[in-house]
This record gives sequence, C-alpha cells and structure tokens, in this order.
Amino acid sequence: MCLATPGKITSISGNDPLMRTGMVSFSGILKEVNLAYTPEAKINDYVIVHVGFAISILNEEEAHRVFETLDQLNEFGNSEDLKI
Amino acid sequence: MKFVDEYRNSKEAELFAGAIAKTVTRPWTLMEICGGQTHSIAKYSLQDLLPANITLLHGPGCPVCVTPVEQIDKAIHIAGLANVIFCSFGDMLRVPGSDKDLLAVKSQGGDIRIVYSPMDALKIAIDNPEKEVVFFAIGFETTAPANAMAIFKTKADNIKNLSFLVSQVIVPPAICSILESPKNRVQGFLAAGHVCTIMGYREYEPISKKHNIPIVVTGFEPLDILQGIFMCVKQLEAGRAEVENQYSRSVLKEGNLSAQKIIQEVFHIIPRQWRGIGKIEQSGLGLKDAYASFDAENRFPCKLQSQERSTECISGLVLQGIKKPNDCPAFGKSCTPESPLGATMVSTEGACAAYYRYQLIQS
Ligand code: SF4
Repeated sequence: MCLATPGKITSISGNDPLMRTGMVSFSGILKEVNLAYTPEAKINDYVIVHVGFAISILNEEEAHRVFETLDQLNEFGNSEDLKI
Repeated sequence: MKFVDEYRNSKEAELFAGAIAKTVTRPWTLMEICGGQTHSIAKYSLQDLLPANITLLHGPGCPVCVTPVEQIDKAIHIAGLANVIFCSFGDMLRVPGSDKDLLAVKSQGGDIRIVYSPMDALKIAIDNPEKEVVFFAIGFETTAPANAMAIFKTKADNIKNLSFLVSQVIVPPAICSILESPKNRVQGFLAAGHVCTIMGYREYEPISKKHNIPIVVTGFEPLDILQGIFMCVKQLEAGRAEVENQYSRSVLKEGNLSAQKIIQEVFHIIPRQWRGIGKIEQSGLGLKDAYASFDAENRFPCKLQSQERSTECISGLVLQGIKKPNDCPAFGKSCTPESPLGATMVSTEGACAAYYRYQLIQS
C-alpha cells in the first residue's frame, strides 16, 4: 500500500484548493489525483502520487544529479574526489 | 515512462556497484527503512551487485507489517458488525489478527470494501447514508496527509456516518529505538524518500549527530538505492556522519509544508504499539480532541483480548534488522504469502514476502 509512483498531469480541474484535482497519466493509465498538497502543480508537471494524492512535484534539474554522478564515475573510473 | 525507466538501467547500476566496491575497505551494515526499498532491493537483486562486505538489513517501514494485532482485532470486530461498511487498503485483508483476518470476515458476509484512497471512503459514506462507514487509517508519514485530509473533510462537510480506525506511525522514533537497542548492528541508514517528501529531513539531523551515524534520504528505484548506498559508505569510510539527500528530485529539506499543516490540524503525537517490536514512545499519530467524534474506537467501543497466533514468527526481529526472513524456521514452509503467519509475509513491502517472491536467500 505504501507505493508512491510518478505520473504526468494531463489536465486540472476544480477551484476549491483542498479538492483541486488533476488527471495523471501513469504510463498511459489515467487516474484522478488530489492536488491539495501540490498547489503550484501545472499541466505537464510530473508528480509523485500516493493513495490518490500528489505529494511532490518532481524537480527536473535535481533529477539529473544521479546521472551527473554516473558521468563522473564513467569519466574517472573510480569514486575518488567525487562531488555528489 | 519518464522518471522511472532511466533509473532502472542495469549498465548504470553496475557502474554504481563498481564505485561502491572501490570505496569499501571494511564491512558495513546498512538498513533501508522503507518496505518499498526492501521490495526494490529484492526485485532487482541489488544485494548481488554489492560487495560481500556490505550487509543490507531491512527496516520497520511497512505500515501493514507494524500495525498492532490489537488494531487488527478491532478492525475485525467492527467490520463484522451489521450496518457497517468497512473500508481498507487491500493489503490489510490478509494480516492475521488473534484468530482470523479481515478476509475471513468478508467471506462470512461482512461488507468490506478495498479502496485506493481514503477519499473513496468519503464517497462511500455519502452514497450510503443509512450505513456506518469506517476507514482503516493506517500508514507512515507518507500516508498521513491523505488520511488527515479525509478526516478533515469529513468534519468540514459534516459527514456523520464516517469514522476512522487510526493506526498511524512515524519513522524517527523507530530509528532511535533501533539505535538504542543493545543488539543494534546498523551503521548507516537509508531514510525513506517518500516519508521525507512529506516531513523533510531536519528531524534526522539530531539523530545522526547523537548516534554518530550517516542517514541518507533515498529514493526507490534501483539507481536511487545504489546511489544512496554509495553516499552512505563514502561517509562511513571517511568517518563522517551526516544527513544527506539522494532523492532531491522529490525531497526538500523542510518537506511539504501544506501536507504538514493538515497533519498537525488533525493529529497529535502519541505512544504506539508496533507489531512484533512493542510500544515506542512518541511514535504514533492519534486524533486530536476536536476530531474525537470521528474516532471509530469511540464510536464502536469494544474490549478484546488480543494475542499473537504464531509463536514461531520472528517478524519483530526481522523488522528490527536483527534477523533475516530466511532465518525464520517457518519461512517458505508453514509461512507463505498464501497462508502467512506474520504480517511481514502479507504485504508486498514486507521483507518476508519480498524474499519469498524473489527467492532471495542470502546470509
Ligand atoms: S517467514 Fe512468516 S513466520 Fe517467519 S518471520 Fe516472516 S512472517 Fe513471521
């Protein structure tokens, strides 16, 4: 029950801030999701969804960090002096 | 799917594994807190990628597993009452109570509905005004905002026929309890990324300092977990003990403030019993007085004598990282997901079920 998964907001409806909802696509499967905890969420944002609520908007810039670390690992071939 | 597939690339996983192997000079024992991480570790055989001197222990972060038998018995009692519709997340139906589970109540005619979100229970209550609807509000900090919103809306919208059987727990006191145990073996923690998405990670800083232990907030995909391990062993090898954030694409240091606000509106901190572990002070969330009339324990008072059914089950030790699932004599023999003796064999995030499902037999 504890899984939380990323999905992409395809539409948003409702004005009540506690009941604003979005249709979120999980690899093409659409689900209605409450956006009360992500008030700044917009269409095309990716959100983490848990039991019907979006709990965060995924940050694209931060999402690259893991790959930057990997690039450094690839380049240096070892873990010395890595900034993470 | 973006934000999923790119974190499952096996070549890149091997690159991390290689970096971990090069970094490690001594044996280290780490614990991942969350059952979702345990599930990924088993599913993607991540332990096989790691050097033999890294031991992963699986923590207590599966709400289905730690919900105490007393609460399961109360759920079974309430779900069996005439005129009640009992709503629950699906995993809870197979969790053993003192002498049966919720599935048995359902097959005996109890009106039990599996819901995806606590908000579904509101709709069921509105659609069935002549019935009493009860939602089994279990979970860690990740689920607390959803449960809190359902409770808040029930009161705000004056829905009189809905109440909540609450069994909410929080992670930091459980980490402290593990670290304070004389049997503790954990030298570094991977904190649960989605718990921290809600609560942030400030509360972990005093714990890391006091116990001189690295805590890395970590996501759930294979590359997240490997990077979390890498960051943790780098700290250990360098003699550092800090809180770091691997899962920065979702977690802010202060967490999700609007979610925290609703949690604080509805809940306050109370002691809670953890199944197999015992009582941990300040480790649970209970309803505040203003919401007491929506507490199913007040609405359906009952006195029950709860007792664990199986004496064989060592799930309490598994949840504290003292034993592995396959150390249990019942594992895969008298205890399987089809006929579980303990809650850790029920939930897909339970360590026993994850080991069984992916046949992970390791020392
Ligand atoms: S294998 Fe079954 S009996 Fe053994 S610890 Fe796990 S849940 Fe309990």
